[in-house]
Amino acid sequence: MNDTATPRIADPIRAGLAAGWDVVDASTLDADLAIDADVAIVGSGAGGGVTAETLALAGLKVVVLEEGPLRSSTDFRMREAEAYPELYQESAARKTADKAINILQGRCVGGGTTVNWTSSFRTPPVTLAHWARTLGIPGLDGDALAPWFAKMEARLGIAPWEIAPNVNNAALSRGAAKLGIASAAIRRNVRACWNLGYCGMGCPTNAKQSMLVTTLPAALALGAKLVTRVRAERLVVVGDRVDRLEAVALDPGGTTPTARRVTVRARSYVAAAGAIGSPALLLRSGAPDPAGLTGRRTFLHPTVVSAALMPERVDGFAGAPQTIYSDHWLDTLSPGGPAGFKVEAAPVHPVLAAITMPGHGEAHARWMGQLPHMHVLIALIRDGFHPESAGGTVRLRDDGTPVLDYPQTPYLFDAVRRAFAAMAELQFAAGSTSVMPVQGRGEAFTTRAAAARAIGAFALAPLVTPMVSAHVMGGCPIGPDPKRAVVDMTGRHHHLANLHVIDGSLFPTSIGANPQLSIYAFAAKLADGLAATLGQRARGA
Amino acid sequence: MIDLTRRRLLQAGLAGAAALAVAGGVAWFRRRTDATPRALDRDAQEIVRAIVPAMLAGALPADGADRTRALDETVAAVDRAVAGLSPAVRAELGQLFALLALGIGRRVFAGVPSPWAEASRGEIDAFLVAWQSSAWALKRSAYDALHQLVIAAWYANPRAWPAVGYPGPPSLAVSL
Repeated sequence: MNDTATPRIADPIRAGLAAGWDVVDASTLDADLAIDADVAIVGSGAGGGVTAETLALAGLKVVVLEEGPLRSSTDFRMREAEAYPELYQESAARKTADKAINILQGRCVGGGTTVNWTSSFRTPPVTLAHWARTLGIPGLDGDALAPWFAKMEARLGIAPWEIAPNVNNAALSRGAAKLGIASAAIRRNVRACWNLGYCGMGCPTNAKQSMLVTTLPAALALGAKLVTRVRAERLVVVGDRVDRLEAVALDPGGTTPTARRVTVRARSYVAAAGAIGSPALLLRSGAPDPAGLTGRRTFLHPTVVSAALMPERVDGFAGAPQTIYSDHWLDTLSPGGPAGFKVEAAPVHPVLAAITMPGHGEAHARWMGQLPHMHVLIALIRDGFHPESAGGTVRLRDDGTPVLDYPQTPYLFDAVRRAFAAMAELQFAAGSTSVMPVQGRGEAFTTRAAAARAIGAFALAPLVTPMVSAHVMGGCPIGPDPKRAVVDMTGRHHHLANLHVIDGSLFPTSIGANPQLSIYAFAAKLADGLAATLGQRARGA
Repeated sequence: MIDLTRRRLLQAGLAGAAALAVAGGVAWFRRRTDATPRALDRDAQEIVRAIVPAMLAGALPADGADRTRALDETVAAVDRAVAGLSPAVRAELGQLFALLALGIGRRVFAGVPSPWAEASRGEIDAFLVAWQSSAWALKRSAYDALHQLVIAAWYANPRAWPAVGYPGPPSLAVSL
């Protein structure tokens, strides 16, 4: 027996395909494809996955379109060289328009949920309160959402993580305790997790309860259709309705359109392509947008990195990547003031570490030579709660592909400076011998005083201070007022009767926490409403 | 510290845009005439091959057949990575390489006096350092692109792992 012929870990996707799921890889089409369905869903991530299962359970005929490939546990070999080009948008090198922020977004069946690090938080109450009080969005308080959080937590195995954190995360906990600030364990969407540490490259054991192994297989088993490597180009709008969806097949490399077209006619359409993809689809479609809101106020949780060396081995490539967090610098700042940030650990695999370390040549190689001792913290900045934090704008290139323009403001850099200082304090408190705030040419410091002095004087600037984002949010905000929101409180487009948006683009600000559970809960709530509406109309007809 | 005036930025931006437009035209012409169907044309491959030893100084094997193989594999991996980028981003990179491939672009824009294949490690390193710390954001973004492409290409290679103490992915068979 050999490994490739007989996977030792049961692969529910390969089993489903063998059992006859209706899955089409559009890169293999030798003719155009026309599809009829009750509902067409663009995107198979957190929003599209939950929506697909909910609607399929309601007896509706669902088709899901996904730009990326279908890959599953047998394919997930825990190699960065394979995972980043295969499973991420633009080979994990998607950038903002000025190239100053690197955006990590999934592009595969399951979307971001296939490659995220499993961190699961309910939407923070302070965020919901800001939406209600400052933005005038009613009905999204904790009580209204609680049943939907509970439902998705049960569906996806979201529970306290009982296994000890790896050394990388334990150091965050230790540093916070030394400083006398709060840190806590992160809940994770896993079942029987092997604690390997490779969540970002696709879970090889199917422990992670991503859309790939939960909602999508359930929908497919109920007869849903999945088309992969297909790019939704435009919704054809006639009057106040979407008449059809026009899509183009991609080549096997997944970057270039082929001559094959896919057309979907459905009663209802759901944009679930993420907070860059969904606004871009609406923009390409010329969807009515009298207030000019589509693609604006797009948020990123702009994230900066602090690397440190520990005397002991950290082996940050091993063990669940994100299990401890500190909200001290969110909880001590009110959302309308200077920007707060969430501190978490990040996995330390060779490519991710090497492209994050500034500079090149001998100095870079010396840091890389200490990889097993490297401790890495990240600070995710809460954006969108202040007039000087208006986020970015999704626009279209000449070829119709989207690009996000996200200006980095002095308000943002003020938070960056505080974040570098906070992370250095945590790392020295945890016992680091050397701390390198990842910026400029990568200067490292061996004392807290030296680090504090230098950080205070850093000439922070775009493309001097690298930023990353794994959380794209906003661009199609939810709300009752068409002058301020793209979709109404049911997720329905304010100007198109049969179009819903159900993904992270709904959020009117950033979440202030890793957003997957927020998307799951919103999707469960809105898709449930959509299923009821479509069911009633079906019965009435 | 970045203290360029708005006027200087505008001038630099316009000059850069003009240079890129010329280079873009050259890139288009080269693509039409270059028979090798690769993401990087011959000139771009030569530039990457010239940059790799400086970018990865201290990381690549010091000499011999190991070094040659590491160089070859890194250039090939950069080529594969570029092939996986979107057409829009590939086009931008094509413009950058076309500009660097022009003698005047190399000398004036990058400040590298010798042809790429003959440039010394010192010349290449000076070019990289100058672009990394340039007051002009476009040059810094180009440095970042070269940094990301070359460094990812090497550290994705299992040959790079022993020197950094990375044991590679765990074996699922052993864990069972």
